[in-house]
Amino acid sequence: MVVKLASIFFTMILVDNYVLAKFLGICPFLGVSKKLDSAVGMSLAVTFVMVLASAVTWPIHTMILAPNGLEYLQTIVFILIIAILVQLLENVLKKFVPTLYRALGVYLPLITTNCTILGVTILNLDEGYNFIESIVCAAGAGIGFLVAMVLFSGVRRRVEEATPPKCFEGLPITLVSAAMVSLSFMGFGGIVESIFG
Amino acid sequence: MNPILSAVLVVTVIGVIGAIVLVAASVVMHVPVDERVEQINAVLAGVNCGACGYAGCSDYARAVVEGGAPVDKCTPGGSACAAAVAAIMGVEAGETGCVKAVVACSGDCEHTPKRFEYQGLSRCAAVKGLYGGDGACTHGCLGYGDCAAVCPFGAIAVERGIARVDRSKCVGCGLCVGACPNDVIRLVPEHRRKPVVLCSSKDKGADTRKVCSAGCIGCMKCTKVCAKDAIVMDGSLAVIDQTRCVGCQLCLKECPVGIIRIPGVD
Repeated sequence: MVVKLASIFFTMILVDNYVLAKFLGICPFLGVSKKLDSAVGMSLAVTFVMVLASAVTWPIHTMILAPNGLEYLQTIVFILIIAILVQLLENVLKKFVPTLYRALGVYLPLITTNCTILGVTILNLDEGYNFIESIVCAAGAGIGFLVAMVLFSGVRRRVEEATPPKCFEGLPITLVSAAMVSLSFMGFGGIVESIFG
Repeated sequence: MNPILSAVLVVTVIGVIGAIVLVAASVVMHVPVDERVEQINAVLAGVNCGACGYAGCSDYARAVVEGGAPVDKCTPGGSACAAAVAAIMGVEAGETGCVKAVVACSGDCEHTPKRFEYQGLSRCAAVKGLYGGDGACTHGCLGYGDCAAVCPFGAIAVERGIARVDRSKCVGCGLCVGACPNDVIRLVPEHRRKPVVLCSSKDKGADTRKVCSAGCIGCMKCTKVCAKDAIVMDGSLAVIDQTRCVGCQLCLKECPVGIIRIPGVD
């Protein structure tokens, strides 16, 4: 059990990294990775909401949607739930943890429409994970997002200082470097299976 | 049950429950926001420059209302802004001194040579990383314009190898101060009579002299001539205390290297 959970967790971080291997959540990946502290803030907010969203959507899917043969409503229901969840979370944080609320700042409402969150909740069910596994998977995906953001913000700083050809300036060169980071993560393929067998 | 009906029902029920929860949450967890925060936010300059020392204009507005921060911290907004904020808070504004950036270095290409030919990233920070810079003096303006790049008002230009601040455009936000790797840019109260020592080298006079003909040599003539004791020595560098200086300009005439000057007056 523990081995399987660890395997899921590390697979999500290194091999099936949502940003670098599945190419979900590219918008915050490119938009918020300019500075390290905002990258970390965004990633923590994403991790937080991801775990929460998985914990809520899994029971709703298995208890309400699946028994009634309504799996096809997954997408729309999950979007609805995530939006509600983020709003609720914002209220709760504002009231009880104002420091965290200020730290997460604008990133929290941005997450409402982040495709990684929806991706994690839906892919969890596609993989047939149980409740615990879904949550571990979501946490792994969040940490994976954090790793990708932190690494890329470092790359980004170097890219900003460089002087590429005029036509590559700005987003094009950023996308090229993102592709290289993604390519380097391909090197992790199979490593987790070998370790946890 | 009809599949269409059940689908509509499920989504509606989830939506309604969510709506009820959110409405309840917003009532239960209502955080009262002082309306003065919004008002102050509206009168601030709104450039989010961070000169006030807070994360942005709205952060400063909150600090004024909740933390009792001074009302005159918005440098781009100037006195008018401070007066408006003071009116909202119901306090006296007081006179706000206007500060402007000064590049404390006189080592242009006529006065100080280069140690080596630098080819690479045209950034002060990058040049600084290579043996402390390509200039003979490692304390002066590097002249690659990091400050000019960061200035949101286009007030800085590099002329003859050193940065120069256009005082009519400078609002004193201080972004250039943070951008300079050699810390040669200072914020100095805007005053048409008070001079500034335009050098940042604390090296011994002889060492400074070897690398730059327009550097402070620490002769202390200015400290002796000053009647108000406004000039103190920081190592071998004379520093004028702007609060004590009365603008008599005796030091200006006394300086043998002619680097005590009034900013903006050539």
